[in-house]
Amino acid sequence: MVVFYRRMPRFEYLKPQRFEDVLELLQNSTPNRYRVFAGGTDLMDQLKQRKINVPETVIDLKGITELDFINFDKSSGLRIGALTTVADVAKSPEIEEHYPALAQGAREIASIQIQNRATITGNICNAVSSADSAPPLLALGAEVVCANRNGERTIKIEDFFSGPGQTVLNPNELVKEITLPPPVDNSDSVYLKLAPRGRMDLAWIGVAVWAQISERIFNNVRIGLGAAAPTPIRTPNAEEALCGLDVVSENIEAAAAIASGEASPRENSFRAGSEYRHMMVEVLVKRVLTQLAG
Amino acid sequence: MEKITCNFVVNGQAEEISIPPNRTLLHMLREDLMFHGVREGCSHGECGSCNVILDGKLVNACLILAVEADGMEILTVEGMVDGDNLHPIQQAFVDESGMQCGACTTGMILSTKNLLDANPDPSREEIKDALAGNFCRCTGYAKIFESVEAAAESMKGTQS
Repeated sequence: MVVFYRRMPRFEYLKPQRFEDVLELLQNSTPNRYRVFAGGTDLMDQLKQRKINVPETVIDLKGITELDFINFDKSSGLRIGALTTVADVAKSPEIEEHYPALAQGAREIASIQIQNRATITGNICNAVSSADSAPPLLALGAEVVCANRNGERTIKIEDFFSGPGQTVLNPNELVKEITLPPPVDNSDSVYLKLAPRGRMDLAWIGVAVWAQISERIFNNVRIGLGAAAPTPIRTPNAEEALCGLDVVSENIEAAAAIASGEASPRENSFRAGSEYRHMMVEVLVKRVLTQLAG
Repeated sequence: MEKITCNFVVNGQAEEISIPPNRTLLHMLREDLMFHGVREGCSHGECGSCNVILDGKLVNACLILAVEADGMEILTVEGMVDGDNLHPIQQAFVDESGMQCGACTTGMILSTKNLLDANPDPSREEIKDALAGNFCRCTGYAKIFESVEAAAESMKGTQS
């Protein structure tokens, strides 16, 4: 069927000013009654293309200005509000200094035009496996603070994604903020993206690694992969294999091979084959670890 | 769908207009207010032909509902001219032939303005990065990059 994709379907529009009001609306909602959005860069396109069920009403979250913040504290870590744009994360000097992989991931997302509207929270809530913010958040140990009318719960980012385009969020829940642990001495992080074009492209493979290295030994490592499985994933076996080992190329190569084995890319993907993605996970993990080893 | 009354400042001029909630900023500007410099290209946020500057930020008007922009200032390419005089960026695109069919040009010009406002003397790499969200399907990129460089040169020491 040919979809006339330039025209929007019909819906009503609400822009509440208080977070509690949105949670109240969602609490007593029925399927397809509401759809919330922040930047709208994914939602508007999905609506035009009829990729999702058209809701009766779209709820614009941008009225809740208190959710637009980047808050850094050396002892408690980083908090990113649900309405904070990708551009603000990409440009934050504190994120650049203490969580560089996240700033690098943010800069890889689409174009300046999209970064100015899209939010980091929206990027993870859309839960695309190739989302550029996901591997850095996995590697940096992020947690997602979610809320419904009755309270809040905190979910580790590795437990947040439940399938392609799916998260563990309940229909009555919203993400309130994303938190990252405080920076650790002698640690650094890097995100590398492999894609056919330099910009405006989805990752074939995205790899972020956070590592704490002291006296040429890997004390602690976290690896996040994008586009390597149905959801963004960690590679616990590769991380464990590296801990306590000397920073030498044999150990890095062995860990990269393990990480490749932990990937489970789709067999039939038109963007890149499964075998190729396995190989590229190995190449990129090795490359990122080598870069961190300095 | 009940229409919503919104207020905008478009190219310095106040506008009050009632619009259905599902109307995009692109269609409101182009079809209701007749700013035809705002173009509909891909309509998916890929190509940049619908670029406008919304409260100082470069955005794709095709992915924004007009009601979202209520109370905001919008600059389209029409707002860049000063009376009968083209903006130095527009003049540079004319002088350097920075277009073939011209469909992408208005978006390219707004992306260039967004770049030069922050970085008056960009390198070729910085120009490519700043224009990455604007597609020229004639693939006339070399002339476009030269136009941006010429604009930067002609604007040296002046206010944009």
